[in-house]
Amino acid sequence: MCLAIPALIKSIEGQQAVADIEGVTREISLQLTPEAKVGDYVLLHTGYAIGVIDAEEAEETLKLLREMTEAG
Amino acid sequence: MKYVNEYRDPELGKKLLERIRRNSRKHIRLMEFCGGHTVAIFKHGLRQLLPSNIEMLSGPGCPVCVTASMDLDRAIAMAKLPDVIITSFGDMVRVPGSRSSLQKAKAEGADVRIVYSAQDALKMAKENPDKAIIFIGIGFETTAPTIAASILQAEQEEIKNYFVLSLHKTCPPIMKAILDLGEVKLDGIICPGHVSAVIGSRPYQFLADDYQIACAVSGFEPVDILLAVDSLVEQIESGQPKVEITYRRGVKEGGNPAALKLMDAVFEVGSADWRGIGVVPESGLQIRKRYEGFDAAKRFDIKVSTAKEPKGCICGAVLRGVSTPLECKLFRRLCTPENPIGPCMVSSEGSCATYYQYGEGSGR
Repeated sequence: MCLAIPALIKSIEGQQAVADIEGVTREISLQLTPEAKVGDYVLLHTGYAIGVIDAEEAEETLKLLREMTEAG
Repeated sequence: MKYVNEYRDPELGKKLLERIRRNSRKHIRLMEFCGGHTVAIFKHGLRQLLPSNIEMLSGPGCPVCVTASMDLDRAIAMAKLPDVIITSFGDMVRVPGSRSSLQKAKAEGADVRIVYSAQDALKMAKENPDKAIIFIGIGFETTAPTIAASILQAEQEEIKNYFVLSLHKTCPPIMKAILDLGEVKLDGIICPGHVSAVIGSRPYQFLADDYQIACAVSGFEPVDILLAVDSLVEQIESGQPKVEITYRRGVKEGGNPAALKLMDAVFEVGSADWRGIGVVPESGLQIRKRYEGFDAAKRFDIKVSTAKEPKGCICGAVLRGVSTPLECKLFRRLCTPENPIGPCMVSSEGSCATYYQYGEGSGR
């Protein structure tokens, strides 16, 4: 029920945006993420972006994972 | 899919599992609160892969499952009113209330429609000005801001035939209620990722401070979940419980301020009735007086008689983490996803449906 999937913002018009979800495009609402920009990935939940995915943090987590698993 | 595939890497998962096995000595009991986590854990066979000293329990984080029979009875009664269209997320229509379900009401002539988003319900309201569109508002803090946004949009666009029956519930208070019941003893909680995308990680701090429970806010891919378990193991082994966000790409400590602001503008905290648990103070969201024109509970005065739970169903105990579906006499015999008796078998993320599809006792 709290499922949210990454969606890439392609264009924005007011509070609405067109987003790409693995090749499928649909209109989504940015009412909850006014800071979202074209090129951002957002977490899409029932037609609304509920958060902008932090690309830097995602990189950091992957780096940390590599360090953790290499260091053992 | 970017931000998904990287966290499904089997090699990373294997190494994380090795690390968890090496570092975990104590017998510990962890609860994943969110139904989405339950599904991910079963789907990827994580329970079997984790060492046997780590016991995993499923919590009450399935909004469809925890909707009380009496609230559902009210929704069904509303469906039978003239000139009404009931709109709801998919699983909800199949959940049995005391005597019927929205699906049965539909078969008997009521206009019940499944929507993907509150935006769809708003659109329906615009297209059907002669009908009252009632949206059955279920969900936790992930979903509540989207419903708040739809109410604000309805006000802005002067849509006067859109109503919400707010059955929204909040997570931290129910975690507290379950711990205070004292039926389950937990060492750590995997906190819900997308609820936390909205509320942040601070509302869980009391779990570490007052209950000495380790907390990790987790994403939904298998590597995400193992990373959360790794954090919990480390916190528990060192005797230093805290709240760690391991889903940093999706969750900030302070959550999503815009979503919180909208939610607070439209809703106020009130009590909520949880299936299997009962009425829990300050665990629900009710529509503020300022927006009562959109409140289905105020607009349609519905009285329902005492609710009944399905005979023999132990969904309540399953939701509290006290029993597993395997302990239910109805499980797989009389209660199946095709013919669900209790709500935990209806929702695709309910514990019973998940056990049926992926888990022990699935016969697969």
